[in-house]
Amino acid sequence: MTDSTQTNLTQQQVRERIEQRLASRHRKEKLFRGLGIASIAFGVLAVVVLFTDIIGKGSGAFVQSAIELRVHYDQQVLGIDEVDDESLAWANFTGVIRESLRERFPEVSGRGEKRELYSLVSTGAPFTLRDRLRANPELLGKTETLWLAADDDVDTFVKSLSDTEEGFRGRTSEQKAGWIQQLLGSGEMKKRFNSTFFTNGDSREPEQAGIRAALMGSLFTLLVTLALSFPIGVAAAIYLEEYAPKNRWTDLIEVNINNLAAVPSIVFGLLGLAIFINFFELPRSAPLVGGLVLTLMTLPTIIISSRAALKAVPPSIREAAMGMGASRMQVVFHHVLPLAMPGMLTGAIIGMAQALGETAPLLMIGMVAFIVDVPGGVTDPATVLPVQIFLWADSPERAFVERTSAAIMVLLSFLIVMNTSAVLLRKKLERRW
Amino acid sequence: MNTMTLDAAGAEPAKPESVERKAVDTLTKVRETVGQPLCDDAKLRMRNVNVFYGEAQAIHDVSLDIGRNEVVAMIGPSGCGKSTFLRCLNRMNDTIEGCRVEGELSLDDEPIYGPRVDVVPLRARVGMVFQKPNPFPKSIYDNVAYGPKIHGIASRRAELDEIVENSLRRAGLWNEVKDRLDKPGTGLSGGQQQRLCIARAIAVSPEVILMDEPCSALDPIATARIEELIDELRENYTIAIVTHSMQQAARVSQRTAYFHLGHLVEVNDTETVFTNPQHELTEAYITGRFG
Repeated sequence: MTDSTQTNLTQQQVRERIEQRLASRHRKEKLFRGLGIASIAFGVLAVVVLFTDIIGKGSGAFVQSAIELRVHYDQQVLGIDEVDDESLAWANFTGVIRESLRERFPEVSGRGEKRELYSLVSTGAPFTLRDRLRANPELLGKTETLWLAADDDVDTFVKSLSDTEEGFRGRTSEQKAGWIQQLLGSGEMKKRFNSTFFTNGDSREPEQAGIRAALMGSLFTLLVTLALSFPIGVAAAIYLEEYAPKNRWTDLIEVNINNLAAVPSIVFGLLGLAIFINFFELPRSAPLVGGLVLTLMTLPTIIISSRAALKAVPPSIREAAMGMGASRMQVVFHHVLPLAMPGMLTGAIIGMAQALGETAPLLMIGMVAFIVDVPGGVTDPATVLPVQIFLWADSPERAFVERTSAAIMVLLSFLIVMNTSAVLLRKKLERRW
Repeated sequence: MNTMTLDAAGAEPAKPESVERKAVDTLTKVRETVGQPLCDDAKLRMRNVNVFYGEAQAIHDVSLDIGRNEVVAMIGPSGCGKSTFLRCLNRMNDTIEGCRVEGELSLDDEPIYGPRVDVVPLRARVGMVFQKPNPFPKSIYDNVAYGPKIHGIASRRAELDEIVENSLRRAGLWNEVKDRLDKPGTGLSGGQQQRLCIARAIAVSPEVILMDEPCSALDPIATARIEELIDELRENYTIAIVTHSMQQAARVSQRTAYFHLGHLVEVNDTETVFTNPQHELTEAYITGRFG
């Protein structure tokens, strides 16, 4: 009755109007849902393309062509009488390998041809022999059959044979290609698992280059970052959320923390260079400095996510504890922190994943140097995985292309493991109230 | 039919408005509390209490005594300041930004507010039960044992076990939970959770228990159970209870205080308040003309 004063529509008319609009409402609903599915499909497609490309390019790096050679540890060729560190350092292992190659291909003559022949085997092969002899001194004067890594040009050629009939020869001469085909035919050349990739540091020779040094560098850097940023970040978040009065100063601090999160990471690198290296004179290229710089970078992320986790703890829990006469610290440590921990850990892991993929600030503090040795501590010169990828992507040798992709695969798998563990950890620790 | 509905629709909105306006008029005239706000054997004494949230004043010059082993109910419309007043008694208002309390409040003649008063022992003496059951997300045992643990009341494990059992027995929960003390307290039903919170509060042997609408989230059966419990607890504790239910106030309390817009309008024996209210605002409220 009172409705009639506002509008003159009958119920019938109202229902008709609603029905008229219904079709277009349903259409919009469908369109919106379709848009959502399309954007997810686009994202998934991008990831699939990225992964297939990287795996397609990088999987080759996990195998390496090797040549089977009969090696005679001849005292005369080696120029040593006994096996000790000093004589091993001087011994002519290159000569031994050349001897074996000449033995295998007796028809080769002339300096140029011989040089071609010798370049079948990696220049790192003498070190393989040296390590073998050091481990088994009784081999001196004896003969054994060994698989030695092939040179990267040879490796590239062998791997390209599976793609095309001709293969990619590049710098490989026709004669050399013939030898390789011969070795492949007799089974004296095979693609074997490339353990060097996981045990060696960087090298100018692709067949000797590995990610061990970068991996250890990343590990040490992240350890420093985690050890510093998590306690500092959590402490800052607890203070700001539970203790600090809400006034202009804390507002200012909050704004600046959010600002810090948006600062380009290279700026942190410059800061690290100026303060940690130039002022405090910490060593260059060291994971310690890298970790300090990345701490500055991840702190805002950890503080913000920790504060969000603390905020999410229901106030009723705080009130209950306070009503029991718990002191502020007891409220925080007995009740609030255990409930906020999953969120804090998730934030920390995501911050760490960010730090693991960071390159720019580390370039500024010298972690871009060519470092062959695997670092043994936080003050040893080191590089990290993303910087290693950057360095390899810059190298001209074709064999580095697949190593670059392989290193990306390793980095991505670490990121996936970290992010998955963040999700699992949160699921496991999450408590309902 | 038509004329009747029209009449009703026309008359309804006008009525509470006029009562409200009249109420404010009466308040500006009469600022004195009607009835007997003070008593001889007071456990808690409050004199001229004013509470401010920033600029806004939530409590205006309230004086009230709560006697030993007495249940005092505080009733009044929403936003009248009864919860704020209750929370002054164990200084839970301290945690609210910008909240300021003036006036004299004392527990057994010891001041509640003051620079030298430590809230930790105060809150051990004045326990609190909240509107929404809020057990810790820990086991039933740990919920009850928490207070004794942080205050260091039990010296041995056996003593702690005894405190937990006694508290749960007093809260009437022991028989229901004795076989699952290690199960989470949050897994209990709403009524059980609230009794667990009462057990948790009495585990530290407080002298006063403050209850802020303890039954508003519970069904009638659970409510009846809690009301029985309040009656039993009166033997050992002084209880101040805020409630929205006038029936509940009538059932559990000895004295009833009626708050209106931050003023304490009337305090009297519960029976008097509900059968023969002395202030017209009280009468308007309990007869349901506004609320």
